[in-house]
Amino acid sequence: MLPLKEKDKPIVQKLLAAGCCARCVLRFCCVSVHAAYRQPPQVRLHYSPGFKLGASGENNKSHDAAGSDAHEEPPSKRAKLEPGASGDMSGEDAAAVAGQRDEELRVCVVCVGVLQELCDATQASKVCVRVCSQMCWGLFSAVDELTCPFWILQHSCWLHVKKELREKSAKLDKDDVVQVKEAFKWVMQGLVAKELGGSTLCSQSKFEVGVEFSHPETDADCHFLASTCPDCFKPTKNKQSVFTRMAVVKALEKIPEDRHSPCPPRRPSSSCVPLDVQCLHASVFVAGRYNKFCRSLPQTPWLIDGERRMESSVEELIAAPVLSSFRAAGFNFSSSGREDVDVRTLGNGRPFAMELLNPHRSSFSTAQMKQLQETINKSSDKIRVRDLQIVSREAMSRMKEGEEEKTKSYTALVWTLKPIRRDDISFIDDIQDLTLDQKTPLRVLHRRALAVRHRVIHSMSARFLDSHHFYLSLKTQAGTYIKEFVHGDFGRTKPNMCELLKTDTDILELDVESVDVDWPPSIPE
Amino acid sequence: MDCEEQKDTEAKAPSVVDRYYTRWYRADMKGKPCEDHCILQHSNRICVVTLAETHPILQNDRTIKSINYQISNGCSRLNNKVSGKSKRGGQFLTDFAPLCRITCTDETEYTIYSCIRGRLLEVNECILETPSLLLEKPSTEGYIAVILPKFEETKSITENLLSREEFEKVLSKRAVAQPQPS
Ligand SMILES: [Zn+2]
Repeated sequence: MLPLKEKDKPIVQKLLAAGCCARCVLRFCCVSVHAAYRQPPQVRLHYSPGFKLGASGENNKSHDAAGSDAHEEPPSKRAKLEPGASGDMSGEDAAAVAGQRDEELRVCVVCVGVLQELCDATQASKVCVRVCSQMCWGLFSAVDELTCPFWILQHSCWLHVKKELREKSAKLDKDDVVQVKEAFKWVMQGLVAKELGGSTLCSQSKFEVGVEFSHPETDADCHFLASTCPDCFKPTKNKQSVFTRMAVVKALEKIPEDRHSPCPPRRPSSSCVPLDVQCLHASVFVAGRYNKFCRSLPQTPWLIDGERRMESSVEELIAAPVLSSFRAAGFNFSSSGREDVDVRTLGNGRPFAMELLNPHRSSFSTAQMKQLQETINKSSDKIRVRDLQIVSREAMSRMKEGEEEKTKSYTALVWTLKPIRRDDISFIDDIQDLTLDQKTPLRVLHRRALAVRHRVIHSMSARFLDSHHFYLSLKTQAGTYIKEFVHGDFGRTKPNMCELLKTDTDILELDVESVDVDWPPSIPE
Repeated sequence: MDCEEQKDTEAKAPSVVDRYYTRWYRADMKGKPCEDHCILQHSNRICVVTLAETHPILQNDRTIKSINYQISNGCSRLNNKVSGKSKRGGQFLTDFAPLCRITCTDETEYTIYSCIRGRLLEVNECILETPSLLLEKPSTEGYIAVILPKFEETKSITENLLSREEFEKVLSKRAVAQPQPS
């Protein structure tokens, strides 16, 4: 039913005369009742309610233009008005609408067919074929993305009926006109859901289906815009095309009304061509803790001059099984600090989180996550993962929260130039809360700002090994550079172990014993 | 559990400098005999300017009287400030840019040069307070300055410098030409 009222009459007539389709009439009358759009409009009654959806994508390949619909429909339905269609309209108006029928079988001047034959069960069926081949779950919402020509046509038509709309209600403005993509979504969501067989549609869904259209005929309008308003279309590095929505809308506002492209828009000779269907799922986040048992494994791929230095990395060893389980397109890895390539991470491990981009599978049971963890752990003896779980984007920030205040524990194997005796190093055990002034270590200075940072070593203990070696255990504030504390970094960390022991000292091995961050929650084995 | 078992400590592990830095040399800087400089280049391209162990300052038990980073009336290396990851604001140095002047108690004065092109990140202020560091640990705590070469010049900046091997050849020639008085 079309919830149009008497005062809409002038607008309706003007829009129909200009060549708008019924759904576009609803849009420009600012009708936001979804059901109104789902009704096959009078002019489209040839899509009878009993139309069968059984046809597969292949069978419909040739079914691409308005003309082919004609012989599929029961002719008797053509002239019939939808029951209750003209609830608020006078019989005269309804007749006027019906009278426009033949006119409106032609391609709409504003939506160029998107809300006509590209917005029906057949099209929904095509979309679904593509969705099913890409995805494996249920929740989704459908959106379409429109490009430059649509914004121009939309604007032209708006200028055309602006006066009448303002007469209807002074409050109505351009933004109140229902967007093509909204109307498309309202019509298509139900059809796609039905086609996918009981899938749940919800607007909060993390899964989006993108339907792309092109209309070569109106592409020229973009160039008109670009030549009239060149400063709005400056190429930017990241964008593929200068005709972004923002740029087009800005340019349209700048052009004086009388200089605008045809208003109302010209009647197009062909409708849009559907280009592609894109399925996009919002990122899924996975977190856990990892151990690193190898002294020749970087945390992330190590590239020097574009060349790989080590054959693998912690990140890759974890990501490979996770990506294939979630069938994700990519990932971002982050962790609570990081260890050097030659440092092991023992104990309960280091918290990490991964953002999985456009996953094609997103729901995993606890048992399935456990299984995935097992797969990771069996794939390599260089690392081990625990507490693997799906987390929310918000929860991920907990990992970075207050990172500076957290403590970390280490064990270092220290070499001394001068021979030492057991009691030469026992004083180390008594040192409490030693504040270091650390200049940014030379080894990271190429990528970090130069600064002096104050870091606290809360406690230390030394275990004598031989006359030139001892094990040093430290509990420190996160962010303390342990290697530099031991060898002094050209005297740039003060105090350092060389000063404390009054001899040159060097660090031969380092292990992270614990990273004291209580996230993610531990999962009992 | 402690164990007294003696590890092979005489076979000393490579030092921090050995492990992460490449040594490059400039012999007879600006034609002045034996004024050798040593540049330690980290694998991350950061360079540390130091005195080579053969530099006259480190010979004959000299004592340092003063170190001056004020290289002209208008320019002091102590005023060098860098900010951010990109190290904005650092003085840009060419090969022959002076870094500091060192005067010994015997009134001999030496100028230490950058030897490489790059942005000055820091100078060693510790040697101002404790000049003996320069004599005792010339290749670590007694360093002169830290320089960051341009990324695209990482390889080319050392083209004018001598490798350790080449420098040792220079030293052996020098020994033949001017036998040191025992
Ligand atoms: Zn339309």
